[in-house]
Amino acid sequence: MSLLSSDLVIDVTGVTKRFGRKTVVNDVALQVRRGEIYGFLGPNGSGKTTFIRMLCGLLTPDAGSGTCLGHDVLTQQAVIKREVGYMTQKFSFYEDLSIRENLDFIARIYAVPDRAAAVQRSLEQLGLANRSRQLAGELSGGWKQRLALAACLIHSPKLLLLDEPTAGVDPKARRDFWDQIHRLAADGLTVLITTHYMDEAERCHRLAYLAYGNLLTHGTVDEVVARAGLTTWEVTGDNLPVLAASLRGRPGVEQVVPFGNTLHVTGRDAARLEAAVAPWRAAGGHRWTRIPAGLEDVFISLMETAKDNFA
Amino acid sequence: MPRFSLHRFWAVVLKEFIQMMRDRVTFGIMVGIPLMQLLLFGFAINSDPKHLPTALRAADQGPFARSFVAALRQSDYFALVREPATDAEAQRLLQLGEVQFVVNIPEDFSRRLLRGERPTVLIEADASDPAATGPAVAAARTLAATVFDRDLRGPLARLRGQDGPVVFAVHAQYNPENITQYNIVPGLMGVVLTMTMVMITALAITRERERGTMENLLATPVRPIEVMLGKILPYIAVGYIQVTLILLAARFVFQVPMLGSVPLLYAVALLFIAANLAVGITFSTLAKNQLQAVQMAFFFFLPSILLSGFMFPFRGMPEWAQWLGSVLPNTHFLRIVRGILLKGNGPLEIAPEIWPLLLFLIVAMAIGVKRYRQTLD
Ligand SMILES: Nc1ncnc2c1ncn2[C@@H]1O[C@H](COP(=O)(O)OP(=O)(O)O)[C@@H](O)[C@H]1O
Ligand SMILES: [Mg+2]
Repeated sequence: MSLLSSDLVIDVTGVTKRFGRKTVVNDVALQVRRGEIYGFLGPNGSGKTTFIRMLCGLLTPDAGSGTCLGHDVLTQQAVIKREVGYMTQKFSFYEDLSIRENLDFIARIYAVPDRAAAVQRSLEQLGLANRSRQLAGELSGGWKQRLALAACLIHSPKLLLLDEPTAGVDPKARRDFWDQIHRLAADGLTVLITTHYMDEAERCHRLAYLAYGNLLTHGTVDEVVARAGLTTWEVTGDNLPVLAASLRGRPGVEQVVPFGNTLHVTGRDAARLEAAVAPWRAAGGHRWTRIPAGLEDVFISLMETAKDNFA
Repeated sequence: MPRFSLHRFWAVVLKEFIQMMRDRVTFGIMVGIPLMQLLLFGFAINSDPKHLPTALRAADQGPFARSFVAALRQSDYFALVREPATDAEAQRLLQLGEVQFVVNIPEDFSRRLLRGERPTVLIEADASDPAATGPAVAAARTLAATVFDRDLRGPLARLRGQDGPVVFAVHAQYNPENITQYNIVPGLMGVVLTMTMVMITALAITRERERGTMENLLATPVRPIEVMLGKILPYIAVGYIQVTLILLAARFVFQVPMLGSVPLLYAVALLFIAANLAVGITFSTLAKNQLQAVQMAFFFFLPSILLSGFMFPFRGMPEWAQWLGSVLPNTHFLRIVRGILLKGNGPLEIAPEIWPLLLFLIVAMAIGVKRYRQTLD
């Protein structure tokens, strides 16, 4: 599948970043299309934040090349900064400024036309209009997140980079947040978002998985699951913890994970897995069902493999 | 690529101003510090400075004049560095601060001494820093009473007289009553400004980094120079509040004379305030956290108070300390303030102290802008 480069909002290859002798992002290539919601997943410390910082000109890559919004990521950082909205992992607006003052500051920095109206519109869209004089430091996590998103959007960026925007936010607020992201994407905004939540990963158009700085897989959810080629057995019945303990470590059994009242037993090699669990299936007492592997199973499997290869 | 942008600069100014006004405690301290120091330093610290530069106007070359000069030379207090040809030149040296004293030996000194007419030795002293002049003048007095004891023997011994063979006159200029507050209070201006200006800006960028707001700021198109100047401007206003407070206290509490032009002082203060703010900004690009920033500010503050001539007379310090002191903006500002207030100096007289300030400002600002990174690398 070849893409017109003008459709690619992010198009980078070979991106590498080292801190000291530690390679934090290793030869990563990424292509994100216009209007796409692109999920960026991976364990803590895998280099997601570092990668995003390189995209918006906050860090200089040690190697690699490419474009962001058509501008060279190595040389045109100043232009990129003007067209990108970046929401940092940690809340990074001024806690001693009010909501309105924060928005006003950002709007001034970007020279937003008709600033007062833009700030007012942003406050109303947020549902913060009647709390606009409250100090940002007094807001709860969910409201801080809303403020941060509003501030990132005030200069009408073409690309949103959201770094774990929903960490520590309640389910209702998360749902609202994702509804808004989808509305924005439908209007043509491109979004790159990092998350640890599987339900959020499934709401992305496409996603990529990063572990120890290496991009292990990417594509749609279905593609990623299919490519992993995992086989999963769901087990129900009594004494599941005992069963789990005896299954762990058997050849062919890669993950034994309790899900509520069930147990998921997963492996990459269907035949070896089947052979491994055969004695327990024959013994009876439990109900064994083949189910499609979930995204989480895929990610855990990828991470375990990556640990052996890179860590 | 766009260079300096006024609207981004102004955005930073407004933000800093709001943050400054909202931080009541810090703002209170900035206004409170000058008042507190005024109270604390109402009492001066004395010391015994030696080898003070002295100009000699000897109109007599007779034997007694020569032995008086030789004795002056041998005393630890006077360093005879100049022999001006005219009184006007001597006065000028005194006003510029190139010498601390002018020693005048009148015509016919030796002859009149022999005739028992008790000629007068006049010492004109720059007393704007009484701690520096006091001990030296006292030493000269003793000297004058005893220096001729060896020459006036036998029949001449009667010339020693009851009150000594010569009249010794001291003409203290610029601060005739030797009131230490006259010296301390103007000096405080530089000290207070150094302390608060450096500290407050040292915190300004470090705070952004520590609170994580720096990442956001760096992700926007705002440029380093816009951030720096934007952060500096609101504190210049604070600096002027401090200058005004000290001047008011100097005038109405300590009755310090104000011979020179106060507007001139305000104008020069801008240079000095900016120099200190630039130091603070530079520190804040070096410090990893706010505690380090405060420590750096103190590191700068101590020599500014000890080696600038505020605490101890500048000329009383060892040479290396004088050399170090000459680098510090406070040293020059101190001389400017004392010069304007106590000596009535004008732009011409303070010019030699202006360029070191200017140079310091440019260097500090350049380092600050260079050190302020636009990325997190
Ligand atoms: N400025 C830095 N200096 C040194 N190491 C860093 C720096 N920033 C990040 N790291 C290291 O790089 C690795 C990846 O970090 P990060 O990109 O924050 O991962 P993630 O966002 O995926 O959790 C971590 O091990 C982190 O400690
Ligand atoms: Mg991160």
